[in-house]
Amino acid sequence: MKCRVCKAPAVIDVRRHNANFCQPHFLKLCRDQVGKAIDQFAMLSPGERVLVAVSGGKDSLALWDVLLDLGYETDGLYVGLGIGDYSESSADYARAFAEDRDRRLVEVDLRETHGYDIPTGAKSARRAPCSVCGISKRHVFDRAALDGGYDALATGHNLDDEAAVLFGNVLRWETEYLARQQPVLPARDGFPRKIKPLIRLGERETAAYCILRGIDYEVEECPMAAGNKHLGYKEALNAVETTSPGSKQQFYFGYLERAAALFTACEGESADGIALAPCANCGAPTPGEVCAFCRLAERAARTQAVAAPVRKAAS
Amino acid sequence: MKVLLRNPRRELEVDGPIRVIALLDRLDLNRESVLVIREDTLVPGDALLEDHDQIEIRPVISGGFR
Repeated sequence: MKCRVCKAPAVIDVRRHNANFCQPHFLKLCRDQVGKAIDQFAMLSPGERVLVAVSGGKDSLALWDVLLDLGYETDGLYVGLGIGDYSESSADYARAFAEDRDRRLVEVDLRETHGYDIPTGAKSARRAPCSVCGISKRHVFDRAALDGGYDALATGHNLDDEAAVLFGNVLRWETEYLARQQPVLPARDGFPRKIKPLIRLGERETAAYCILRGIDYEVEECPMAAGNKHLGYKEALNAVETTSPGSKQQFYFGYLERAAALFTACEGESADGIALAPCANCGAPTPGEVCAFCRLAERAARTQAVAAPVRKAAS
Repeated sequence: MKVLLRNPRRELEVDGPIRVIALLDRLDLNRESVLVIREDTLVPGDALLEDHDQIEIRPVISGGFR
């Protein structure tokens, strides 16, 4: 296989683009796609300060690396979730990346700051760990971005993530979630601007980017995510992609271009009718008296700590 | 050749020479879901893997809400 651009030996095939790339041209492709997403959706203006939510995984570290390369002023934010040795090694990857590049990494440990971890939160709330993790991270992300005076919070959601979420939302016709599934959520009272600059890259590409850039990241899957719906949706979409390359991109970008506005218009009317007021405990905007995060944290902090599941042993 | 797989981490012995695509087919792995690494760099689908190679097949799917 030869690079589409320079005809040198290729290191990767990107079937979605019906093209193969050598290392330098693949890395350029990734940077160009992130730059294009930022411009296409007006995610950032030159000189803005960005807080990058990093998990120690491939997507968020690739995102931080590309944003630095594109010249944005960025700091990282790592949330300690308390998922045993998985969280410890993930934190090490995030710290090593920040140290190598002499960048600031803000760390917030859920147990130290809010008195619980994800395994305990999931048990106390009787909810799926991924749901509790999502509520917790969103709260910490918002708070850290606002307190730090950042212009935007960037997350490592990639094309596969967005296509899988869209697939799940369409399966259940979650019109409210569909209306909010946007590459950019503008800042509003109590919420920072949120951006997803990786939406033009699949996760195979973000992983390849890290390998070719020599970025060490957490390869193992979160022991609490096994078997969740999101992973099942990704497998289903990859089965389609295998026989019909480009399907995921057409599905997601087709939604943004031709359908998203319909849901936004629909839901906008009802959303306007719901007044948000500051949470009595933390001040974050909420439709109730106390926000979902504070209700979760209050209950979880009173629950006896639960050990995280251990990683799968090698066979 | 030695083939390292992840999630869970385990090792297999596979006879070479064999092309990357044929190896993935033999292991029933979807090309969209993995990358193949030899000596710290990526190898494309048509690369021929030799008996003495050390290969890692790295999954790229990550889950959960972010």
